[in-house]
Amino acid sequence: MFADRALPGVANTSLPLKKIQPPLFVYLAFKELWRYKGRYFLIGLVIALITTLVLFIAGLAEGLGAGNKEYLEKLNADLILYQSGVDLSIPSSRLSHTLLNDVRRIEGVQAVGSLGFSNASIILPDGEEPLDVSLIGVEPGKPGEPPAFQGQSLTGRRDKTATIDRNVAVRTNLQVGDTLTLKTIQGAEEEFYSLTVSGITDGRQYSIQPSVFVPQLTWNQIKPKANVEDDDSSALLYNNIAVQLDPSVDQAAMAQLIESRVRDVVAVDRKTAYENTPGYSAQQSTLNTQRIFTLLIGVLVVGGFFQIQTLQKVAQTGMLKAIGVPNFTIILAFIIQIIGITVLGVSLGSVGTLLLSLSFPVTIPIVFTQQSVVTAVASLLIIGPLGGLVSLRILLNVEPLTALGLAS
Amino acid sequence: MMSNVLETCVVSKTYKVDSNIIKAVDEVSLSVAAGEFLALVGPSGSGKTTMLAMLAGLLTPSDGHIMLDGQNLGRMKEAQRSKFRRKKIGFTFQASNLVPYLSVLENVELMLKVNNMLDRHSRKKAIELLTQLGLGDRLNNLPSQLSGGQQQRVAIARALIHNPDIVLADEPTASLDTERAYQVVETFAGLIRHQKLAGIMVTHDLRMTRYVDKIIQMRDGKINQIITGSRAINEFAGAMN
Repeated sequence: MFADRALPGVANTSLPLKKIQPPLFVYLAFKELWRYKGRYFLIGLVIALITTLVLFIAGLAEGLGAGNKEYLEKLNADLILYQSGVDLSIPSSRLSHTLLNDVRRIEGVQAVGSLGFSNASIILPDGEEPLDVSLIGVEPGKPGEPPAFQGQSLTGRRDKTATIDRNVAVRTNLQVGDTLTLKTIQGAEEEFYSLTVSGITDGRQYSIQPSVFVPQLTWNQIKPKANVEDDDSSALLYNNIAVQLDPSVDQAAMAQLIESRVRDVVAVDRKTAYENTPGYSAQQSTLNTQRIFTLLIGVLVVGGFFQIQTLQKVAQTGMLKAIGVPNFTIILAFIIQIIGITVLGVSLGSVGTLLLSLSFPVTIPIVFTQQSVVTAVASLLIIGPLGGLVSLRILLNVEPLTALGLAS
Repeated sequence: MMSNVLETCVVSKTYKVDSNIIKAVDEVSLSVAAGEFLALVGPSGSGKTTMLAMLAGLLTPSDGHIMLDGQNLGRMKEAQRSKFRRKKIGFTFQASNLVPYLSVLENVELMLKVNNMLDRHSRKKAIELLTQLGLGDRLNNLPSQLSGGQQQRVAIARALIHNPDIVLADEPTASLDTERAYQVVETFAGLIRHQKLAGIMVTHDLRMTRYVDKIIQMRDGKINQIITGSRAINEFAGAMN
C-alpha cells in the first residue's frame, strides 16, 4: 500500500509560504503563462510584429501627409485663393497680379501674398544625385513667406536669394551664406541658377519634396517653362494667393465675400487646400485602410490563438468549475493573460519600431508624432481584449458537467 | 450509529428529447454516513453518472431532494452550489483531473487556495498526505511527468485536503491497469474511513467494489439492488474476477 512507503527526505521538506499570496486569478493566470511561456511569447511576438507594422503605417501616413501638406498647413494665412473651375488644383490654377490688388482692397483683408509652385533640382557637389525640390515663389514679408529660423528672411523681390527648408539643409548640408545651384528646364534646355541661401526655415515640404523659397520675380524667372518666350515679367501669373484676415472677421463669411467681389476665384481654408493637393486624400485613405486592416488581422490572429487555447482547455475549465472555482476567477485569469500578452507584444513592438526607425535615413518619409503613436498604441492595446471576446464567451459557457463528460 | 452525511429522497432526473421524456434517474433514495464508502455500479446508461452529478450539485433533480450536511442542494442557486462544492465536496474525475500547469503540490494546494485555507500548517498537511500516497518525491513534478495511477493519487489528495464532508469519485480507475486500480481504490477507501468522510465511487469495474461498504447497483435509472455486508460484497466483487 502507498501509505507504507516512506520516502527519504520527505519528512524534512520545508517550503516557506510567502506572506502575501496573490489572488487566485492572478496565481492561475501567471502560472499558466509561465508554464507555456514559449507559446505565449510567440503570440506576443506576433503582436509585436503587428505593432511594428501599424506604427510604421501610421508613421508613413504622417510622413507622407506632412510631405504633401506641411507648407500649406503651416502657412501664415487664413484663406488660399484658387482660380475657379480648376477643382482646387494648385498646378492648374492661374491668378493674375490684378486679382491680387482686387483682393487686397477688400475690407477685412489684412494682407495678401502671391504663391507660385513649380519644381527644380539642386545640383550637389561630387557627382551626387541632384535633389528634387519644390520651388516656391513668395513675396518677401507677405503671407506665404516662411519664417527663417536661421539666417534672415527674403528681402528684395528680385534678389537671387533663397530660404531653404530644414529637409533641404539636412540632405544637402547647405548653410546660411552658401550658394546653391538650381537646375530647371527652359524650353528644351537645362538652365542653372545660382542663389545665396539667406535663411533656413523648419520643415515646409510640398508635393512630397523639400522646398526652396525664392522671391516671386526670381521664381518667375527660373521656374521651368515650355517655351523660353514665355518669360514675360510684365504678365505675372501666380498659382494662388495667400490671404491674411483681420482677427475680428469671420473666415467663412470672408471667403464668400471674396468670391463675390473678385471674379473667377475660389477661397478655401488651409485644411481644404492641403486635402485637395494631388493624391493627398487617396494616399491617406489608402494608408488608413491598411492600418485598419492590419488591426483587424491583429484581432483575428490574437482571437484565433486564444480561441484555440481556450478550446484546448475546455475540460480543464469544466473541472475547475466543478471543484468550485468561481466563474469570475476563471474569467479574470483569462483577461489578465490576454492583457498581459497584448501589453508585452505592444511594448516589444513599440521599442523595436523606435530602434528600427533610428537607423532609417532622413529620405524615408516616416514621422512619429505623439498623437499618431498614442492613437496607434491605444488601438493596438484593444486588439487583444477584442480578439479574446469569443474565447471569453466559450469560457463562460463551459459547464462544470464537462468534468463528468455530461455537458451537452 | 453513524449519522448520514448525504441523503436522497426519491430523486429523479428527466430529459426531454424531441417529444420523448427520458428518465435518466428514476426515484432513487439512498444515504451515506460519515466513514462509509459506497459504490454506484451499473451498465452504461444506467444513470449512475447522472446521479453523481446531482449529488455533486452539478445537476438539479427534476423531482425529489438531496440533503447534504442538512442543506437541500436542489434549492440552492448556482453561486451557492459552487461555494458549497468547494467547501463540502471533494472530487476525483475519470480524466482531466489535474491542472496541467501546476505541480503536484500546487494541484493539491489549489483546493486550499480556493477555500482560502492555505497556510504553513495546511501546506505541511498537503505534503504529508502526498507522502502518504507515495508521492513525496514528486511534489514539484508536473502532471505530465506522472503515470496515470500517480495522477489519480494526486487527485485523491486534492479531493481530501480541505476536509470535505463527502468525496465523489467518477470512474477513478478507468485509465489504470488492474494492479494500480486496486492500489488506488484501496488507498482511497482507507483514507475515507480514516478521516471519517462519506465516499461515493461510480465505477463500471465491479472488481473495485471489494473495498466499499455498500454497493448500489443501478439499471435503467432505478436502484436494482443494494448489497451490504462484507461477505456479500466480496462475493459480488469476486464473481467479476
